[in-house]
Amino acid sequence: MLAFTLRRALQAIGVMIAVGIIAFSMFRFAGDPVNQIVGLDTPAAEREAVRKSLGLDDPVPVQFVRYFINAAQFKFGISYQFRQPVSNLLIERMPATLELATCATILAMVFGILMGVYSALRRDSFLAKVFQAVSLIGISLPTFLIGILLIYLFAVTLGWLPSFGRGDVVRIGWWTTGLLTVSGLKALIMPSITLGLFQMTLIMRLVRAEMLEVLRTDYIRFARARGLTTRAIHFGHALKNTLVPVITVAGLQFGSVIAFAIITETVFQWPGMGLMFVQAVQNVDIPIMAAYLLMVSLIFVTINLVVDILYTVVDPRLRSTISRPA
Amino acid sequence: MSDAVVPRKAETVAPRAAPGSGWLRRAIESDLFYSFRRSRLTMVAAAVTILFFLLAIFASVLSVQNPFDPAQLQLMNSRISPLWTADGQSPFLLGTDEQGRDVCSAILYGLRISLVVGVLGVLLAGTLGITLGLIAGYVGGATDGLIMRIADVQLTFPAILIALLINGVAKSVFGNRLDAMSTLAVLVFAIGLSFWVQYARTVRGSVMVEKNRDYVAAAQLIGLPTPVIMLRHVLPNAMGPILVIATINLALAVITEATLSFLGAGMPDTMPSLGTLIRIGNNYLFAGEWWIVAFPGLALASLILAINLLGDWLRDALNPKLR
Repeated sequence: MLAFTLRRALQAIGVMIAVGIIAFSMFRFAGDPVNQIVGLDTPAAEREAVRKSLGLDDPVPVQFVRYFINAAQFKFGISYQFRQPVSNLLIERMPATLELATCATILAMVFGILMGVYSALRRDSFLAKVFQAVSLIGISLPTFLIGILLIYLFAVTLGWLPSFGRGDVVRIGWWTTGLLTVSGLKALIMPSITLGLFQMTLIMRLVRAEMLEVLRTDYIRFARARGLTTRAIHFGHALKNTLVPVITVAGLQFGSVIAFAIITETVFQWPGMGLMFVQAVQNVDIPIMAAYLLMVSLIFVTINLVVDILYTVVDPRLRSTISRPA
Repeated sequence: MSDAVVPRKAETVAPRAAPGSGWLRRAIESDLFYSFRRSRLTMVAAAVTILFFLLAIFASVLSVQNPFDPAQLQLMNSRISPLWTADGQSPFLLGTDEQGRDVCSAILYGLRISLVVGVLGVLLAGTLGITLGLIAGYVGGATDGLIMRIADVQLTFPAILIALLINGVAKSVFGNRLDAMSTLAVLVFAIGLSFWVQYARTVRGSVMVEKNRDYVAAAQLIGLPTPVIMLRHVLPNAMGPILVIATINLALAVITEATLSFLGAGMPDTMPSLGTLIRIGNNYLFAGEWWIVAFPGLALASLILAINLLGDWLRDALNPKLR
């Protein structure tokens, strides 16, 4: 168990180093950083001074180590467009993205599980067919089209919900939250639905497939033979056993929810990290792009690691297979 | 099923004299075509997909103007609503946008760009993935470890993020003033590099199974060079799943291209794809000019839905477990 945890942790560190090399090469080799910082008519001597102050004359490995040490302390350099430290910009915008991603994930899990269970238990009902159709549409409609559709319906035509921004936010320490104000909650509805819809269809399909599989197993038949109520069989026995893979997938998907927030945040002009990243790509602001890549990778790798370890805790069958060969 | 098998056996013997028609006959009487004819939804999806491809190919014949040519656009014709509404005007079936561009023509040309980027992206991803997968599976050892490790790392990240990063880096390397054709090449490159992993994994898996078979040993014994064995003997046996992945990936590639263009990191306004048209149209949504965004969106959604349905069918039809 310990060996497994250590091995996974080492792998995670390896991935982070690989991503770090990519981020560094983007920063260092994709265009000249000096040109991005100084104006067009800056004299050569001044350019040289900037070059020296950035340490661009040192050997590349030295630069890489320095970049890495700085990144580990969340120093990602200065943004080309905002002329501010990238880490400040990221921290300022992180709460917005995390709130959105969390709401979307909760929404996706609640409705995904409900719809999945229903369509597994009542396979041929009309509603189950509707759910199947919705899931096909959820996979086929690009995220931004769903967002535009919702805006047209609820913001332009009906005027019920705001079409952009976060509404009023409350500041708690360095964290800003929109969950405590009415306008903040209203602003959260459409982006969460847009972001969560794809995950919802994914979870729904998964729950449906797992439920159908579990309902065929012997222990369910045995539970029926014991004369348990249908409710106890379906929810006490079957659903409980489908939830392990569902929670794993939902956990692993949290990383891609954050990445897909790029699209949702652009549609709704949601002031999060994703919107900043898109603007950085448009304006070729490499420090922000590199920092965003590192931050997102860190979140991804951490989630993967935690899920892997939790999985062995939750499912004893895996534990025995892991500890044996070591 | 059984009543379909009997006539097939009788007829495959007869037309062997004409090799051309024999090939066609074999295709028509295959299990794949049989399952195709039995699913009405799949036939509709195939028809819609073919229709979209034809519309894209004959875009210049079918449209009333060339939306890429500024000389053909007249500001007098801007913001006309679709033909069937009260303010509709004659040649503009689906209305016009801010610059007097015919929405219908723009969709046809945009469809062409979306499909070109999608198909080329899938081809690039497939070539890359199949090559790396063949090498990894056949050579094994450290090469396999390296390729698959890269694949693992890349699979952690969503394709859209990777494509956006490649796009940003390309912009930074080539400067911000890429012309439309180079942007298209960058998009193809970004999509190709984002989607190769699935092919590589699938091909590697099949190759690992196939390479221990007797026919591979026989091919090695008669002295065939390794590349020939891999391409002519091993690869054809891994083709089924690749076809499924390619179909589903075409939908994903079209979505990715549209998303990149929507985010402003794809095709420019001067040579719009469907995604660019949706981004432009999105700006006029609040002014009540819904048609500028609605029709490109509808075209994109139905194209993706049709390709996805085809992919779903192909996956089930080629899966022997489901028969």
